[in-house]
Amino acid sequence: MPPMIEIRNLTKRFGPFTAVDNVSFQVDRGEVLGFLGPNGAGKSTTMKMLTGFLHPTSGSAQVCGHDILEAPLEAKKVIGYLPEGAPLYPDMTPRTFLEFIAEVRGFSGAEKTRRVDDVIAKVNIANVASQRIETLSKGFKRRVGLAQAILHDPQVLVLDEPTDGLDPNQKHEVRNLIRAMAKEKVIVLSTHILEEVEAVCSRTIIIARGKVVIDCTPAELAARSRYHNAVTVSVAPDKANAARQGLAQLDGVQSIEDLPSKNGSTQFVLIPKPKRSIAVEVGQKVREARWEVDELRVENGRLDEVFRELTQTTSSN
Amino acid sequence: MKNVVTLFKRELKGYFATPVAYVFIVVFLILVGGLTFKVGKWFDGGQANLQGFFTWHPWLYLFLIPAISMRLWAEERRQGTIELLFTLPVTMGQAVIAKFLAAWCFTGIALALTFPMWVSVNYLGDPDNGVILASYVGSFLMAGAYLAIGAFVSAWTKNQVIAFVISVSLCFVFILMGTDTVLDFFAGWVPNAVKEALASFSFLTHFQSIMKGVIDFRDLVFFGSLIACFLFMNAVAIELKKAD
Repeated sequence: MPPMIEIRNLTKRFGPFTAVDNVSFQVDRGEVLGFLGPNGAGKSTTMKMLTGFLHPTSGSAQVCGHDILEAPLEAKKVIGYLPEGAPLYPDMTPRTFLEFIAEVRGFSGAEKTRRVDDVIAKVNIANVASQRIETLSKGFKRRVGLAQAILHDPQVLVLDEPTDGLDPNQKHEVRNLIRAMAKEKVIVLSTHILEEVEAVCSRTIIIARGKVVIDCTPAELAARSRYHNAVTVSVAPDKANAARQGLAQLDGVQSIEDLPSKNGSTQFVLIPKPKRSIAVEVGQKVREARWEVDELRVENGRLDEVFRELTQTTSSN
Repeated sequence: MKNVVTLFKRELKGYFATPVAYVFIVVFLILVGGLTFKVGKWFDGGQANLQGFFTWHPWLYLFLIPAISMRLWAEERRQGTIELLFTLPVTMGQAVIAKFLAAWCFTGIALALTFPMWVSVNYLGDPDNGVILASYVGSFLMAGAYLAIGAFVSAWTKNQVIAFVISVSLCFVFILMGTDTVLDFFAGWVPNAVKEALASFSFLTHFQSIMKGVIDFRDLVFFGSLIACFLFMNAVAIELKKAD
């Protein structure tokens, strides 16, 4: 079976500016692909080409075997798309809007009503379903946009910044919704919230200046951080120097970085040598030396740091 | 076809969801009545026809139709909903035609609401209702031509004011080509054939010929092909401009 999404050498130029430069990747069923990149990197442009809104300058995109240029209607039928900023018709109510989408998607009669009711319940907008969209808060608008994208139970879901502008509770809800749909669909979502990638994605692609700079799992991404497996230690100020010196001598420790003190205790981070895990040795050393340690915390890696490194080295080229 | 109907219904309902529709209809009816009775002195003419009513239509449409058409695509682009629309399983042709038809249908409703004029003239005298019917058809066709031009202009910009001003100017050109002032200007130094060709592009020429009560095939072809031509250019304009 061919992959659900196959993008080959996709390029988009606007005049002299190359927004998307020779991007290729595939996504299979069950994957949630997080599309990361600084603003203007080409995330939205890639999604607009994938969903058939923009024509690529060169290259191709296939969705469930349908080429977006040769069979645009077939491709669009299997895609659900939430464009950036969740554009909606402000003079409609969520219900009439969703009914309109359902009709365009080919549903009528009882099936149409059922789909609309289902999706209203799913994204939790029943209370505002007969209010004009222009009077709704940003969070509700985003949910109406999401409802519109999942109404026809598409095999491929493309979401451009689905949680942008939502409060933490709403973000949590949207992420749960995405996770619940992940198994039987292909989901591509763009974001610049890095925790979101760890929270919902099974794979990440970072794009900078129109080019793919990395394609890996979120865990692999975190592992690229020099803080991966780093250990943060908080210790009473009078023991700080002894602890710092003692821990610096450990075999796996590459260096020590001081942090601002917290609640009266001194904090520092032990950075491991590449690919080393130092939690165990640090723990042992602390026990042997009987330092009164307030906190000992292993870091997973800092995505923001990896993100900066990857996207800024490319832009300085 | 089903998509055209769905899109058409959404568009048409959209007019009545906001005060725009009611304001437009009321202003149109007041202006057309005012011009006919006050300026055109319809009663004083003492003739049982609606010539004094239809004469004003090209000039009223000049300002009122661009006010409807300016939002057609400019609004869609400003709101970003154009991206939503064209990632649904809908073709460009379906969207362009549905939007145009909805706007045309709306002007048709406004035009139909002038029926008291027809009732009064029949009450007061014994007019030639064939001529009146032909004039209504001609007026409706002309409204379609104005709309097609306005829709095309609207596709080029996100700014409704710009869309309005340019549409009015462009429609004005299509009226002027048939006026005596312009034709006299060309008289004498350009071949008659050119002069007539120019006049044949004018809304006035074709509308006035229909107002005489004869719906000539050439007038139908003129308005029909003008509408088709501008709708085609409308689709091209959207394709070119949707990325901005």
